[in-house]
Amino acid sequence: MSKAYVTKSPWVVHYDGSSCNGCDIEVLACLMPMYDVERFGIINCGNPKHADVFLVTGSVNEQNKDVVKQIYDQMPEPKVVVAVGICACSGGIFKDCYNVLGGVDQVIPVDAYVPGCAARPEAIIDAVVKGLGILQAKRNAMVEAIEAPAAPVVKSASVQNVPPIFTMAEVKVNTMDHLKK
Amino acid sequence: MGKRTVIPFGPQHPVLPEPIHLDLVLEDETVVDVIPSIGYIHRGLEKLCETKDYNKMVYVIERICGICSFGHGWGASAAIEGAMGVEIPDRAEYLRTILHELSRVHSHLLWLGLMADAFGFESLFNHCWRIRETVLDLFEKNTGGRVIFSICKPGGMRKDISNENLKEMADILNGLKAEIKEITDVFINDASVVNRMTGVGVLTKEEAMELCAVGPTVRGSGVAQDLRLAEGHGAYHELGFEPIVEEAGDCMARTVVRIREVFQSIELIDKAVAQIPDGPVDCKVPKTVDGEFAVRLEQPRGEAFYYAKGAGSKFLKRMRVRTPTNINIPALVKMLGGSDLADVPVLVLTIDPCISCTER
Repeated sequence: MSKAYVTKSPWVVHYDGSSCNGCDIEVLACLMPMYDVERFGIINCGNPKHADVFLVTGSVNEQNKDVVKQIYDQMPEPKVVVAVGICACSGGIFKDCYNVLGGVDQVIPVDAYVPGCAARPEAIIDAVVKGLGILQAKRNAMVEAIEAPAAPVVKSASVQNVPPIFTMAEVKVNTMDHLKK
Repeated sequence: MGKRTVIPFGPQHPVLPEPIHLDLVLEDETVVDVIPSIGYIHRGLEKLCETKDYNKMVYVIERICGICSFGHGWGASAAIEGAMGVEIPDRAEYLRTILHELSRVHSHLLWLGLMADAFGFESLFNHCWRIRETVLDLFEKNTGGRVIFSICKPGGMRKDISNENLKEMADILNGLKAEIKEITDVFINDASVVNRMTGVGVLTKEEAMELCAVGPTVRGSGVAQDLRLAEGHGAYHELGFEPIVEEAGDCMARTVVRIREVFQSIELIDKAVAQIPDGPVDCKVPKTVDGEFAVRLEQPRGEAFYYAKGAGSKFLKRMRVRTPTNINIPALVKMLGGSDLADVPVLVLTIDPCISCTER
């Protein structure tokens, strides 16, 4: 695993849960010349398997929660989830709707929340850049886990020598007696 | 007959900013059948409207869609005003017209960008959205929001926009014309774009009428249907203009309709700013809504329908919204039949789909 690729060029994948489009177009606006997140190496890719950061807009409902979960599962570790907009954070104005389960954190773990209706591009960029720190921390934890020497397995002799409380034969007899009663 | 294959398209797809699922039935490379399925984004907004009083309800209605949010606010306000029997001041009608046309400029520029993205013209996509940011700045300056404005209310507007600001808006838009022309010339003249869109997804006049298509989709097929003229809402009847119609019915025609509408909208804003009367921007409205009323509004994507019914309290008994993409999906299915698999993204975008409008 190369060290620089995640922090120097994080790729994002975007999915619209059930947002009103407002946050989606603001996410896209971040990628455009005005805000231009490509200067941070951020590219919007359509494939979850290439992505490091998952931007979710809108709340989750019965129909799309499997989709959100699937996209999350398909992303390679380490990964960061950013909930964009108040709907993705908590359900927002649609919290009381019959078809809204709530924020994205009902389905997948979320690392950064961007409030706002619609979330401003500056806030989205800030969250993604903060997410990079989390991504780096997660990556370091993974590296440590791989490089750490395997803990010695201690075989406890006493555990093996404890006599069983029941033998299988006893259980069978007891059960048959019970059934007969 | 070749072997049939089913390819799922969406809900998560690089070309789709929003989730819609299409099952494409293919024979070799040709699409023979399309089964659309929606419901990924349904929230139950109409039901939520019944639990809010009519003033707060407008905030919910605006959030049907973040692209044409102003139009939704206007439609709902107009329906409630109609049910109350209230006539709003002329200045409010003009302000609504100006902001609605500004929404159209921003929506069409956004769509042109997404269309460029659909056929893989990344730099064109970026340029369209670069120009769009200027329009969003105008929105932010005059209403306070980039996406959701909340400036419309039953009875008029929440705040006035000064004549100086309106004048400045018209000047900035006129200055933008040259830049927009530069971009739209690429759509009309560039060989790679023209080859991608000419003759693709033809919808004849008869088919468009039969499938009840609306907006630029039907105007691209040679039907002069524009509710801005037919319904007489806003200040449109005083501005004098003709609906924009193209005859070919293919992707190119629909694109040209939208491009010409961008310039038309800028002209309409220019005229409206010159003619806008002085006066109040809101009027007193009753505390309760009684009666029912329906409004049809020409959104950037086509006809949107708003129906409000009150029952003598400040809560509405029913708020019904029908949005243009909903109506255009049968036309989309018709266009997709017999097309190439590679043209599917372009065709899906050609109706300017707004799924959050469709499902609410």
